[in-house]
Amino acid sequence: MPAVLRSLPTPEAADLLELTRDLVDRELAPRVAAFEAAGEFPREVFRTLGKAGLLGLAYPEEQGGGGQPYEVYLQVLEELARGWSAVAVGVSVHTLSCFPVAQFGTPQQQERWLPDMLGGELLGAYCLSESHSGSDAAALSTRAVRDGDAYLVNGTKAWVTHGGHADFYNLMVRTGQAGPKGISCLLAAADTPGLQPLPPEKKMGMRSSPTASVLLEDARVPADRLLAAEGEGFTIAMSALDGGRLGIAACAVGVAQAALDVAVDYARERRQFGQVIADFQGLSFLLADMATQVEAARALYLSAARRRDAGQPYGPQASMAKLFCTDTAMRVTTDAVQVLGGYGYVEDFPAERFLREAKIMQIFEGTNQVQRLVIGRSLTRP
Amino acid sequence: MNIVVLVKQVPDTWAERKLDATDKTLDRASVDVVMNEIDEYAVEEALRIQADQGGEVTIVSMAPDRGVETIRKALSMGADKAVHLSDPALHGSDAVQTSYALAKVLGTLEYDLVIAGSEATDSRMAIMTPLLAERLGQPQLSGARKVTVDGGTVRIERQTDNGYDVVEASTPAIVSVVEKINEPRYPSFKGIMAAKKKPLTTLTLADAGIEADRVGLASAPSQVVEFSNKPPRQAGQIVKDEGDGGVKVAEYLASQKLV
Ligand SMILES: Cc1cc2nc3c(=O)[nH]c(=O)nc-3n(C[C@H](O)[C@H](O)[C@H](O)COP(=O)(O)OP(=O)(O)OC[C@H]3O[C@@H](n4cnc5c(N)ncnc54)[C@H](O)[C@@H]3O)c2cc1C
Repeated sequence: MPAVLRSLPTPEAADLLELTRDLVDRELAPRVAAFEAAGEFPREVFRTLGKAGLLGLAYPEEQGGGGQPYEVYLQVLEELARGWSAVAVGVSVHTLSCFPVAQFGTPQQQERWLPDMLGGELLGAYCLSESHSGSDAAALSTRAVRDGDAYLVNGTKAWVTHGGHADFYNLMVRTGQAGPKGISCLLAAADTPGLQPLPPEKKMGMRSSPTASVLLEDARVPADRLLAAEGEGFTIAMSALDGGRLGIAACAVGVAQAALDVAVDYARERRQFGQVIADFQGLSFLLADMATQVEAARALYLSAARRRDAGQPYGPQASMAKLFCTDTAMRVTTDAVQVLGGYGYVEDFPAERFLREAKIMQIFEGTNQVQRLVIGRSLTRP
Repeated sequence: MNIVVLVKQVPDTWAERKLDATDKTLDRASVDVVMNEIDEYAVEEALRIQADQGGEVTIVSMAPDRGVETIRKALSMGADKAVHLSDPALHGSDAVQTSYALAKVLGTLEYDLVIAGSEATDSRMAIMTPLLAERLGQPQLSGARKVTVDGGTVRIERQTDNGYDVVEASTPAIVSVVEKINEPRYPSFKGIMAAKKKPLTTLTLADAGIEADRVGLASAPSQVVEFSNKPPRQAGQIVKDEGDGGVKVAEYLASQKLV
């Protein structure tokens, strides 16, 4: 695949992108089809990425991270997604899962956990959703009650990416009143007694990324695993999601780019009516529109990322990027199937997989309706 | 345990490799270049021995200026420092001359082991380690699929067609490795950053005490007299199966002396 022309802020960022492409070519691309078909989680691939330093890129070097701006980290995610979107989403979710302790943890908590989290030894999960509270996340009902030097947690978190494979779980739990102000964040270890992941969901796509409910039955989480104060959990969850949404936006552009790559390659080979189909203007216009949308989507997430890197407010822009990039991925992957005709609809080509992978991106980390809600609020209730 | 790893920059194996029409040497300028693949295994093995025994790993490479990219890659994997022999006068040197030049560079270094890949993907002669051993008067352990070091003794398992031989020598010794030996690591992002600050010494002929008339195309003992491009691939022969397809295929293979 031809390299995407990128403008990168530093020579080290260019080296990092080159390392990423090398890893994609040699470690991701050869495995993706088989792991997706088998629905198997590639834990080893995450170890490789961790050793290469790709699981803590967006965090400061003092904390054990890569000290990279979001502008660079997101382009790494995009390249990973171009090769294997379930892995890229996993890296994004892991990065999001490190955010609560990196941003809100005490120095002691950070010292204790962050190096292994950012170094990729420990894989993270983020547990906000429940079966009855998805978009209305603040309505969550999993309860945590202080009991001596621990919290006793009861309830079920749903849709947990890496559920059953993660080493630590950020649990958003209710410790107080109804609504967002009664929520706290606990950083639970996977071996917490009473924390039990259920069998993984059977999904339409992204099958190598495990999603599972996590049952909490009198789970005893030591009180020194509370992040920030009681009642701060929802604020933590939402600020982690701002960065997370940019991650999903970048993953979506990666999938869209992969679909475009496949469509262009195919259109240059496939002959009908005595000529390659790329030479039909009707088809080349489709490709042109796909490429234009991918480029626009990339520019939008980068623009939001640069705001974040400059320390400016970027919440609504992150929502715009998530909305636009994932809608773009849906359109572009659908069009890629169209370019391949019947061959786009069968598993021998990856186009149909890209389409299935794009769909979830319009749903998780806030549905695209919820993104519009956030954007709308920023306009009318600034 | 100080280890020198010999690393060669070669044209990307996947690229179309060509000879330069003017002087019949390898065209290195117009293709993508990479670290010779087996050399990654050599670097990896050196790093593993170092992790176990301590000491320093030094990369040595004879290459044009562009060779720095490949040396940096070896440093980003974790090697400590590098020596880059680079001089326009080296252009066109053949294996015999290269071994002379590399032996001179090795003569400026203190080492217990020299590790190299068993062959390079461009020339495919697999002759550098024996030539060096001869010039340096040091034992050569070739084709290692496993290396163990114990005090002043180095022992290898040499891959053979139907098993392996155990070969042993005292240090300093020269070892060549095969791909079976390990799984090379990726450089990490931190490693890439750190590599930029690691010591890299560039030597000219004079710096290394190499006599100019003993290297380079003009005095090369072996000369490429003539070359021609590979003929384009012939169209295949299609066998139509009319019940006797198997027989026809067998006859074809027999006619080509393939069975
Ligand atoms: C593969 C996968 C992985 C996931 N990973 C995680 C994870 O790691 N951690 C985690 O916490 N969660 C995760 N989720 C959950 C995901 O974030 C939720 O599914 C998502 O937030 C939507 O919630 P819901 O499914 O309950 O849908 P609902 O909230 O019930 O929404 C149903 C529909 O109603 C619409 N809707 C809801 N409210 C409004 C409104 N106010 N205005 C307009 N329309 C509205 C929605 O847009 C949607 O179309 C994951 C989900 C999946 C499928």
